[in-house]
Amino acid sequence: MKMSIKKKGKKLLSVEQRIKRRNFISFASFFLLGAAGLRGWKWLYHSPEETPSITAGMGKPLRRALNKTELFFRNFFSNKHLVQTYPKSMAAKKVRVNAHIGIENEGFKPESWQLAVVKGGGDILSLTIEEIKSLPKTEIIYDFKCVEGWDQIQHWAAVKFVDFVSHFNLQQQATMQYVGMETPNGEYYIGLDMESALHPQTILAYEMNEQPLTLEHGAPLRLIIPVKYGIKNLKRIGTITFANQRPHDYWAERGYDYYSGL
Amino acid sequence: MKIIKEKHPFVMRWTHWVNFPILTIMIWSGLLIYWANDVYTVTIFGHSFVNFFPDWFYKVLHIPHRLAEGMAFHFLFMWFFTLNGFFYILYTILSGKWRELVPQKKSFKEAWLVLLHDLHIRKTTAPQNKYNAAQRIAYTAIIVMGLGSVVTGLAIYKPVQFYWLTWICGGYHLARILHFALTLGYVLFFVIHVVQVTLAGWNNFRSVISGFEVLEMSPPVAVEMAAEETNTSTDQDNIADQVMDDPIHPAENIQ
Repeated sequence: MKMSIKKKGKKLLSVEQRIKRRNFISFASFFLLGAAGLRGWKWLYHSPEETPSITAGMGKPLRRALNKTELFFRNFFSNKHLVQTYPKSMAAKKVRVNAHIGIENEGFKPESWQLAVVKGGGDILSLTIEEIKSLPKTEIIYDFKCVEGWDQIQHWAAVKFVDFVSHFNLQQQATMQYVGMETPNGEYYIGLDMESALHPQTILAYEMNEQPLTLEHGAPLRLIIPVKYGIKNLKRIGTITFANQRPHDYWAERGYDYYSGL
Repeated sequence: MKIIKEKHPFVMRWTHWVNFPILTIMIWSGLLIYWANDVYTVTIFGHSFVNFFPDWFYKVLHIPHRLAEGMAFHFLFMWFFTLNGFFYILYTILSGKWRELVPQKKSFKEAWLVLLHDLHIRKTTAPQNKYNAAQRIAYTAIIVMGLGSVVTGLAIYKPVQFYWLTWICGGYHLARILHFALTLGYVLFFVIHVVQVTLAGWNNFRSVISGFEVLEMSPPVAVEMAAEETNTSTDQDNIADQVMDDPIHPAENIQ
């Protein structure tokens, strides 16, 4: 009997044997795959940090994933996708101040401020706030979104960045892939992909709730970019640069996604 | 006499067990994100009854000040969560297994009977096929919830590019609340699920790993029945099928 089972193979195994056999195979694979999964998780969780450069502070594979995910979701970006706007009555009277990074120094004098636009090849364009304000004024009342999870409807008046580019003949520079912006003291800095920078709702703001910007909100000129989280909305712009590589970015150096797009 | 009764197909077992750690990681990384703006409470008549979450809870789980890390993990594992769920739904539809899963008209009535029985209020049980009425509702609901997490997640992840999703979810705020509430739902589901699985016993639990249950039946009766009804072979699988389908002589599950 035993001989015949061996010869004819599986089919003649008793029910008891079949149960044992299948239990063994399935539980062995279950625990092996489980152990492999746990190993994989440990590898990912303890993966070495990326080499600090434009981005830093995140595990290597996780940063890679963030960048790949950015590429996927950038396919859905369109200049025709506008953020929702709201009536003036819904705008917050008390606008939240979440950080002072880059605008802490008290010696700053807004009167003597000038915006430096680095055009490349040693050519720097210096602009006063009056020159910028002379461009067509645009207003937006929209829901500002912070990466922390809060949001607030805010009212800004500004110059569209696209208008700024065309008025000051920066079309050549705008063919590059990135825009960089920094505070005058260089302590806070952000990088933007060009398509987000040229989005029709990306603006250089000088008024909030129909009043000139206060220092803590980024006077005399700040960036409002509704297609990005608040971390990209640089206050007190000192320098604007253009590049084909990612400009350095304060929060991307601290583990956050470089793109941070909405 | 023991009989092997096939229960859960391989794809179902695979997606079930893959989903478990992925969902755990999604909930954990979601907590790391939520901590940065932990505003939700249950407030009735101006009194906050539940505060999501108390400090000790964050401390025990090492949640504070890990927003960037939480986002990195969340936006990686969202892919696996979505793909695994997509794979499961696709399989369930294509294989026709959805017929055993999706609630029927009578399920909503029967689910009460299951509940009353499980709470030891009522002695007779409701019909138990692969899934009973309460299981049909719960296991379908959890899939719909998974879909809901993907949709509300996308709505708060890309509220500008996927503005229509945000609109469907009732806006950015509601989408975030729903995304959070669904997570509480998973935790609640998990607790009930584990209790039920524990009560159901080893044979049931094993079937989600090995795919089959072992049935014990008194051989003479079963063989007679099979002989009467089919007048053919006494092939074990046939008997198992007939016994399972017979509401008057339900097979007894053994360990």
